Formats: sequence, C-alpha cells, structure tokens
Amino acid sequence: MATVVFDRVTKRFGRVRALNDLSVTIPSGTILGLLGPNGAGKSTMLKLIAGLYRPDGGRVTIDGDVPSPKTKAKVAYLPEIDYLYGWMTVRQILDYVRAFYPDWDQVRAEELLRFMALDPAARVSRLSKGMRARLKIVVAMSRSAPLILLDEPLSGIDPPSRSRVLSAIVSEFREDGQTVVMSTHDVAESENLFQEVLFLREGQVALMGDADQLRAQRGKSIRDLFEEVYA
Amino acid sequence: MQLKLDQHSPIYMQIIDEFKRQVARGDLRPGDRIPSQRELAAMVQVNPNTVQRAYREMELMGITETLRGQGTFITRDPERVAQIRREMADRALAGFVREMHALGYGCEEMVAMVRGAYERIVGETGAGPHAGALAEGHQAGRGGEPHGDRGV
Repeated sequence: MATVVFDRVTKRFGRVRALNDLSVTIPSGTILGLLGPNGAGKSTMLKLIAGLYRPDGGRVTIDGDVPSPKTKAKVAYLPEIDYLYGWMTVRQILDYVRAFYPDWDQVRAEELLRFMALDPAARVSRLSKGMRARLKIVVAMSRSAPLILLDEPLSGIDPPSRSRVLSAIVSEFREDGQTVVMSTHDVAESENLFQEVLFLREGQVALMGDADQLRAQRGKSIRDLFEEVYA
Repeated sequence: MQLKLDQHSPIYMQIIDEFKRQVARGDLRPGDRIPSQRELAAMVQVNPNTVQRAYREMELMGITETLRGQGTFITRDPERVAQIRREMADRALAGFVREMHALGYGCEEMVAMVRGAYERIVGETGAGPHAGALAEGHQAGRGGEPHGDRGV
C-alpha cells in the first residue's frame, strides 16, 4: 500500500512554475492516469514522488514520509528518457538492475521478457525504439514495488509495442494495494486502463475523478473530456 | 471474448452488457465458464478493478455464479436466462421504436416495415418467412425457446 499526498506543492524552473500550489491525494490500489498536454507538470509530479526533485514549496509524502532512500524502496520509476546502457545486452540489464532492488521478482522478469518477445542476448543499442520501451517496462514491472510510476511509457513507439506494454501493465497490476501512476498525453489508447484520471493544467489540478463515473456523468469518453478540458 | 468498447459510457457496464448479449444470443450457455477477471482484463486491456466491478455486479444480478476455486459460470437458472434475453430484446425494441418515431413513422407503418425487413434480412437464411413470424418469434422469447419462427 502506498498513498501519495501533494500538499500545496510548488516547483519552479527559472520563472516557470511547473507545479503551482498543487494539492492532491493519490489513493493506493488504483491505476491513475496522469493526463495533460506537454508542460502541464506530469513529469515533474512523478519526479517529485521518485525523489529526483525537491519541491520549492509545500510537501510531497508517501505514506507520510518525504521521498528518501527509505521511500525509494517502495517506488519503481520508469523515466521517459532512454536511460538503459546501450552496450549491455538485455540479460545484462536485468542482472544489473536486480542487484539494486531486494524486491526484484526474477520469475516475473522472465515471464515479462517472453511476453515482450525480447531476446535476452540482444544488445540494447541494437534494439528498436519499441523494443527498448518494452524493456523499460520489464525493468519497472519486475519489482514488487507498491508504487509504480510510469512516465509516458507509450510515447513514440509502434502500435504492437504499445499494445504489449498496455497488456503487461494490466496483467502485472496487483489489485491488492498496488498503485500505478502513468502519465500520458495519448489518452485514447490508454483510457481503459485507468481507474482514475487526473487532468493537470499549468501545474494545477483541472479535473480528477473515477474514470467510469466521469463517463457516466458526462456521457463522454475520457479522451473527449480531455479535449474539453484543454480546449 | 472480443469487446468493442466505445468509451462513452462506463466500461464496467459495457462488460456486463456484452456478457448479457452473449447469454441472450446463446453464445454463452447456462453453466459455461467465463474467463477469470485477470484473463479478461488482460484480454481487453481494461483495468482489473473495472473488471472486478463488472463481475461483482453480474453476480448480484444473478447472471453469473462464482464457485470458489473453480471460476465464474453463467447462471444455470433458465428463468434468469430467459429474462436476460427478454431484457435485451426490450432494449433493442425501445431503441428502434424511438428512432423510427423520431423519423416520423407510425405504429402500423413500423410493423409493416419490420415484416418487410425481416423477410429480406432473416427470411432467406431462416426456416422460411411467414407473415406471422415476427409476432410468433416474440412470443417464443418468453418461453426461452431458441429463436427462429414458429409460424403456422
């Protein structure tokens, strides 16, 4: 279980307020879609939870603790950038990463590797963009972390890879208290995945709610709502 | 199971509707085992909690029964199955009548057009078109008989 609380959080980059007095609670046991156009503050939120940024104002807590090495043990973070060493093979990447995390689940890693149709002997630098995106998902989802942060896991990859990534998130998600926060600006494809959605606009919450409830109330898909919110 | 989600209405309801449709059409028979929640979630790429909600509601609605350790099965209650079929027919009818009414057709015209359409669409493949096919077929729905006409 992991509940994330943003309490009046502000994060500035120069004169830009990426997050502006943002208060929100992400409950545990949900898959939350973190939605918004580029620059809305999605990645900044995830990096604050992961402990890669510190807020300029306010507080971020995970189960009451500010991000620290202690909370990092609970958090699996998939960054948007390509961070895997190109000279390593797929197998070497997994061996390397597992050394860092006591909650690494080797059985699951092997399953995911097969499901993603990744060749363990392939060198990372030779993998296509879609295959590298698949590998990042294997790395993030092979931990039994209660909180999984996925920053744009679908961006810029081919449709078959997107579909695999979505399936892997669904099948590895454990309803008994695991929380997945996934940012995307590609709402159409991923909206079925989300139990809850959080629309960010200029560093603040524009709309948040249960996805099915929003559909029932507004008679609209999340994708249409997205267009309405950002019109 | 194939599921075309239109995303404009709650997804758990669409999952329930799809199962009801399959039961009503006879694609799923009483006592048939349906996929586990996890299987279905992965199959249609939907949040497992949403699937869980749909399964919970179906159980409450008497569409399915879950046997511990064995899985989830379509109800064996023939009454309930007939009811589901009737419900789906009522819904299709309501949509049809509303749309035709909006287009300006009256009751008699609709009935006549339905007969014509029935012969065109179903007649060729069915056991043979009859004038009374529609009314009879509708009656048959109550008894939970397989569809098709029982015209005399």
